[in-house]
Amino acid sequence: MGIVHGDEMVLNIGPQHPSTHGVLRLVVKTDGEIVSQIRPVIGYLHRCFEKHCENVSYDQVIPYTDRCDYIASMNNNFGFVIAVEEMMEITVPEKVEYIRVIMAELNRIASHLLALGAFGLDVGAFTPFLYMFRDRERILDLFEMTCGARLLYNYMWVGGLSHDLPVGFLEKAHEFLDYFEPKIKEYNDLLMYNKIFIERTSDVGVLPTDVAVNYGVTGPNLRGSGTKWDLRKNEPYSIYDRFNFEVPVGKGQMGTIGDCWDRYWVRTEEMKESVGIVRQALNELPVEGDVHEALPKKIRPPKGSIYKRTESPRGDLGFYIISDGSPSPSRVKLRSPAFTALSALSVIAEGWMMSDVIAILGSLDIVLGEIDR
Amino acid sequence: MTVDVLIDWLANLVDFPELAFILAVLICAIPAFLFIAVYALVAIYGELKISSFMQDKVGPMGQGPGLHAGKWGLLQPVADALKLLLKEDIIPASADTKLFILAPFIVFIGAFISFAALPFNQNLIIADMNIGVFYILAVSSLGVIGLIVAGWSSNNKWSLYGAMRSSAQIVSYEIPAALSIVVVIMLTGTLSMQGIIQHQDGLVWGILPNWIIFQNPFTFLAFFVFFISGVSECNRTPFDIPEAESELVAGTFTEYSGMRYAFFFLSEYANMFIVSGVAAVGFLGGWHSPIPGFLEAPGWGLFWFLFKVGMLIFVMMWFRWTFPRLRVDQLMNICWKVLLPMALLNIFGVGIWTVLAGR
Amino acid sequence: MSKNLSEVLLEKFPGSVIEMEEIPTDHIPLNGDKWFEIALFIRDEPDWKFDSLQCITGVDLGEENGLEVRYNLHSMVHSHKIEIRIPLNRDKPVVPSVEQVWRVGDWFEREVYDMYGITFKGHRDLRRILLPDDWEGWPLRKDYEEPATYHGIAVPKEKEGWE
Repeated sequence: MGIVHGDEMVLNIGPQHPSTHGVLRLVVKTDGEIVSQIRPVIGYLHRCFEKHCENVSYDQVIPYTDRCDYIASMNNNFGFVIAVEEMMEITVPEKVEYIRVIMAELNRIASHLLALGAFGLDVGAFTPFLYMFRDRERILDLFEMTCGARLLYNYMWVGGLSHDLPVGFLEKAHEFLDYFEPKIKEYNDLLMYNKIFIERTSDVGVLPTDVAVNYGVTGPNLRGSGTKWDLRKNEPYSIYDRFNFEVPVGKGQMGTIGDCWDRYWVRTEEMKESVGIVRQALNELPVEGDVHEALPKKIRPPKGSIYKRTESPRGDLGFYIISDGSPSPSRVKLRSPAFTALSALSVIAEGWMMSDVIAILGSLDIVLGEIDR
Repeated sequence: MTVDVLIDWLANLVDFPELAFILAVLICAIPAFLFIAVYALVAIYGELKISSFMQDKVGPMGQGPGLHAGKWGLLQPVADALKLLLKEDIIPASADTKLFILAPFIVFIGAFISFAALPFNQNLIIADMNIGVFYILAVSSLGVIGLIVAGWSSNNKWSLYGAMRSSAQIVSYEIPAALSIVVVIMLTGTLSMQGIIQHQDGLVWGILPNWIIFQNPFTFLAFFVFFISGVSECNRTPFDIPEAESELVAGTFTEYSGMRYAFFFLSEYANMFIVSGVAAVGFLGGWHSPIPGFLEAPGWGLFWFLFKVGMLIFVMMWFRWTFPRLRVDQLMNICWKVLLPMALLNIFGVGIWTVLAGR
Repeated sequence: MSKNLSEVLLEKFPGSVIEMEEIPTDHIPLNGDKWFEIALFIRDEPDWKFDSLQCITGVDLGEENGLEVRYNLHSMVHSHKIEIRIPLNRDKPVVPSVEQVWRVGDWFEREVYDMYGITFKGHRDLRRILLPDDWEGWPLRKDYEEPATYHGIAVPKEKEGWE
């Protein structure tokens, strides 16, 4: 009898796999259940966003930004339009700013709901996912009422918005917030404080702060690692400096700081904060104002470049725009938060089990549309 | 309806004892198969609707008789079954064809022949063997061989993963399950299913039915050990790691489609019935009424047995739609570090209790 | 900000900052040669601590100007930021890789390589990332022409049919 030697097996997770959140492919080397190497292969959803942008006018870029992070289209619109507005030095009316914040925060809630639900699905809990989708539907109803679309809104325009808020939106929005806030506790009871869920996620996939910063991981994933970094607070854009909200950071309540459970917890807390921001914005929303007032006749930013970051639900969403003075941008680069988060996957997930890799991937909340662009 | 009685009766009618034997077995097996099929349809419908109500949705509504195409969707499982029957039978080119075809049947046989020893009421049992419990424990583990064969012959890495996981899991969880049944055997002094049930007649502690679960604290614990192990043996959530659709696509069943997949499905539901049935017989008084002497006729016996089994199956479905899934090592930890010591403790405790309390 | 840093860099790494008639205020134009050392320096120097690489953007500035790589850096400690620009030769664009300084650079540099064909010297795994491995050409260069076919599949040039 010789020594029992286990060969490593190469396993392709994806591009068609139930829990790769799209068309991600992970080439993993496994030794039994233990995963010893992970190599993400991306690009299956590459739609030449940046090449398209060079051939269309600025306002035509906005629908393309919708399709990058299709879970949080409002936030992508937001990032692009404020970058162009800053180049053109446009000041938008108060009312527009407020509506933008309302929409961005509602979209943040919707995006987190999907992220948490899909994370639950990845660790095998089916029911919370459907509960969260049910409530996400209500947000989508609000969006539909506002701009007619449920997923790809093209709502924020350079200098304004496509539509004013419809009649009855405020009541509906308040109704939703009142309905939604207690639901967060329900989800937490069902999933977050479930013993099995804690077993599956605490101490798993720990992302230390320095590694997170070095890998450019941002957003809830970085905050889960205990770094208080939120562009809405640290580099306030639009009118975020007017609102009161906390930036939740992971505390390692169930294990180590920066584990999957912390990332989950941070997202639930952020939903609560977003509810608070939307409440404040709804209350302070100016009655007067024309959302089309500041729309420029021609969108032709002066020669130059800008790198503008905003806080999307997944982290720092950066737009690098170069203008040569013509009606279409000379270069648009989207710095996607999910792209950097995915690049950190192999560091934090190697050495864990197959099931954990899926859980860690779920906790990073990636959207392939944004990674592949 | 014991099969022996049938054999004797038939042997008087025909001259060949072999023919009598085969006929008797067929007469028993065909209704059992039909029962499993009908029960699976009901259980699938139940699972669809129960999961729907738990998830705040309506569930199947399209199929079925009545207005609005039947808003209860009563014929949904029939439609599902028909769909599976009519689907193309795909056998992967690189699969080991013979084993691939054989595997679903091995799994199903394991579940099917266990029904022979399940007492549905005072008389309705195919074979009341004097080793009934032992028989069920033995043949129900046949299924795992089928799962390994399925995973291996599919020639698919996901299937292989599922097979390795399920074999490790089922073999491990059989131990606490069997040890918990030992408690029952200690108390009743028999391995016969009917004998175990007859032992549970009357009252205990003055008010409670004399079911083994209520007889002492250790048996109470033993029931839960057995049931949890049983859930795991059926590969149901939170122990569904062999299928684990978010990790292993469909685990062992990845390459299966159509009728062969339906057989796996059928076996899973049949296994749920067996585990619940053994739990009901061993701990919950089998076909005894919850109130001794009340509605104890054989017809009601059937009702009580199915009711108890149904409740346990409902609990399994409830688990499935509530819990996340455990990881492989955690699963093994629970088995070897929690359930097994508890099962041993129960045996010890029941022994002491029996000596001290004298019953 | 950028003026201070460019003075420091000139002092520490002579010749690294490209002299311009008008000193830019929002970015530092750098010579690519010592970029790796400079990157390490500005990452670790307590006064600067640019510990976070936000973005690497490849740019094609047109026929006469060549290519450029732009780095947006940010410091989590001091909360300040800077943009570094390294102009490159169009025919032989090579720049030192900072993948080992900021690990996030790994994928960003692969993406720039994928789109512009800029070689990052010292990158340990420089492959295409978004496009298929057998893709030819550098799509985001201004002089890029789409191939007529890809693996026998015609790339539609006439848009009328499907637009």
